[in-house]
Amino acid sequence: MLSLQKLTKTYKTGDQALKGIDLEVPKGQVLALIGPSGAGKSTMIRCINRLVEPTEGAVLLDGTDLTSLGSGALRRARREMGMIFQEYALVERLTVMENVLSGRLGYVGFWRSFLRRYPQSDVDEAFRLLDRVGLLHMADKRADELSGGQRQRVGICRALIQNPKLLLVDEPTASLDPKTSRQIMRLITELCQERGLAAIINIHDVALAQMFVPRVVGLRFGEIVFDGEPTGLTPDKLTEIYGEEDWEATIETVEGEDETTEAAE
Amino acid sequence: MSTVRLEDKLGQGWKKPPFVKRAGLRWALIIGFVAYLIAAVLTIEVDWGRVYVGLDRGWQFILSFTRPDFVSRWSDIWEGLLESIMMTVAASVVGIAISIPIGLGAARNIAPLPVYVVCRGIVAISRALQEIIVAILLVAIFGFGPLAGFLTLSFATIGFLSKLLAEDIEAMDRVQAEAIKASGARWMQWINYGVQPQVMPRLVGLSMYRIDINFRESAILGLVGAGGIGATLNTAFDRYEYDTAAAILILIIGIVMGLEYLSGVIRAKVQ
Amino acid sequence: MPVLEKEGAQVWRRRTTGEGMVRWFGWLIGVAVFVVCWQQISAATTWFFVWDAPRIANDIWTRATPPKWEYITQLGRPIWDTLNIATLGTLIALCLAVPVAFLAARNTTPSALFVRPIALLIIVSTRSINSLIWALLLIAIIGPGVFAGVVAIAIRSIGFCAKLLYEAIEEIDTTQVEAITATGASRWQVMAYGIVPQILPAFAGIAVFRWDINIRESTVLGLVGAGGIGLQLSSSLNVLAWPQVSLILVVILFAVVISEWVSAKVRGAII
Repeated sequence: MLSLQKLTKTYKTGDQALKGIDLEVPKGQVLALIGPSGAGKSTMIRCINRLVEPTEGAVLLDGTDLTSLGSGALRRARREMGMIFQEYALVERLTVMENVLSGRLGYVGFWRSFLRRYPQSDVDEAFRLLDRVGLLHMADKRADELSGGQRQRVGICRALIQNPKLLLVDEPTASLDPKTSRQIMRLITELCQERGLAAIINIHDVALAQMFVPRVVGLRFGEIVFDGEPTGLTPDKLTEIYGEEDWEATIETVEGEDETTEAAE
Repeated sequence: MSTVRLEDKLGQGWKKPPFVKRAGLRWALIIGFVAYLIAAVLTIEVDWGRVYVGLDRGWQFILSFTRPDFVSRWSDIWEGLLESIMMTVAASVVGIAISIPIGLGAARNIAPLPVYVVCRGIVAISRALQEIIVAILLVAIFGFGPLAGFLTLSFATIGFLSKLLAEDIEAMDRVQAEAIKASGARWMQWINYGVQPQVMPRLVGLSMYRIDINFRESAILGLVGAGGIGATLNTAFDRYEYDTAAAILILIIGIVMGLEYLSGVIRAKVQ
Repeated sequence: MPVLEKEGAQVWRRRTTGEGMVRWFGWLIGVAVFVVCWQQISAATTWFFVWDAPRIANDIWTRATPPKWEYITQLGRPIWDTLNIATLGTLIALCLAVPVAFLAARNTTPSALFVRPIALLIIVSTRSINSLIWALLLIAIIGPGVFAGVVAIAIRSIGFCAKLLYEAIEEIDTTQVEAITATGASRWQVMAYGIVPQILPAFAGIAVFRWDINIRESTVLGLVGAGGIGLQLSSSLNVLAWPQVSLILVVILFAVVISEWVSAKVRGAII
């Protein structure tokens, strides 16, 4: 469904963030993107919906090349791709409901959105989504009154109300505590299953990725160095992605931790 | 916490909760504001005929910016400008020098109460009186000339700078100041080592900003006879010599821009 | 860190000798400039009047007190006009300042090469020139009256508000804007959802702050004929009716205190 072909990004400073990335994501597949800071994970996600303009290559979504679209067509294409951000990126001075409904901006006209007169179907869907993530009672609270985990749930609702085919998720758990991180990851993967969504989850925490995701792609210096099931992530592979470190401990504790939490629940 | 049920919400419309929660108050505010606006607009008498005639003159004035006349009244302009600059420099130096002790006195955390009250009183008076009004009174007392303008600007500088300096001192980090005190420093040493380093960058920035303001203000003091370029400008308007007026305005804008640039550089250096 | 060898012992100095010389030289030049300025001001002053000043001040004080309280009945309309000049002027200025600010902010300007310099020029030129000068100019163009005062205040405030506003726009959190862009929102929707909510508190603060300043400025606009209470002040001064002058000054002080109180309250409620 999504396919990246020779995707390259060179910044004005001359830094090559992406070096000819080729990647296929079939419909409904959730994929984790791991790699050290500066490997180009964020850039890759942002090149897909063109928040960052790729320098070369093509991004095909259901056969249309996004890199060649004009601004109107690009906006229509962006509706198909929901995005979830690291620092939640909610508009803090708007209410939770406004933040969720802002996911429909691509579908409604300017004056309707300006006067907050959304179609009833959108409003209902927003209520349903907020209920699904357990925040219905917070609908009229201002976004800056929420805790980190709650904000990220609102961010998820905003992405889902777009009715996307694909979720682009940028470090969803980087600012959350370990427990909330797991809950958020679980929520994202569950919702993707329910709705048959494909997702690219850019994540720092290898353990979390292994826990929730069937396919892992490792990025290093803008190149794909690993692509496969999480079980294939051996210490050698991790060394290749991140550099020299004692990985045995990481992997073991991950498994141990996993068991204890599962047991606790 | 009351539980909210999804079934209750579905099919219900949604509206952004209003900024002012109480409906009565909200409508009172809106209606009151609209009523005021209508009343205000209605009581302004505009002689549209005069405005229409004036549009042509306004256009002439704008055109005169393309051909400003620096030459024909250059000696007047030069004299006025020089006087403005001198007033600015002298008043800024004196004003800043006086406002530092007053600023120290107006900071509650370092000054004893009686000193605090007196200094705050000075600041309040200086801030409440418009420069122009002070200038009128001082001209009446000291006679026409730049001395009145100089005193006006010094007085205004004291109000502005002392207040901001005092607020800055009140917001400073207590621990640093206490550490100096703990070493057995005298009061002056304490101010010099504990307080001054913390507020100095901002003091420099504010002083630069005030010099900028003083120059701008010095351009109008001439209107009431307190010296500076304002008198020349007023004469130019009275005689409908727009090219000369344009030249003066361009000079003022240029100098203000220069001062702003300079203060930006100095502030960047100090901080 | 300069450490000198002196008679076998090491002596720490804050600066090297060269640095010290440069600093002293700088101070020397500063003092010289100040002395020259002061001499020029002093040369332009009739010192006889200055020595006579205490007597004159005393004379004015005895004539001005007590204020002529009955005169207040004639001040109702001028006070109303003054309020209107400030409020309407501020409102007009805000309407014009918003687009200018968006054009001037680096992250929202449509063209950094062509549009931004023009917006910045508007900001600098309207800001550098005092509202009294704008009033003088407008009176020459559209005739004396309240309307000229409103326009003068409006023009002067554009630059002020636009400058503060565009600085606020440049400081917004870009990820929020990114998030709205990623939903497929149009340019205007990104503005309305991503940018406006972030700068709204700053906008409200600027509006009230400028309104407060404008109340002060509009009290003196009448001195050049642009309506408001300054007209009464000017005519009272012309006939040397000091009891009326003192009453007007009391009224102005009162207005300034009230406007400062209102603006502090409103800002407190918003932020």
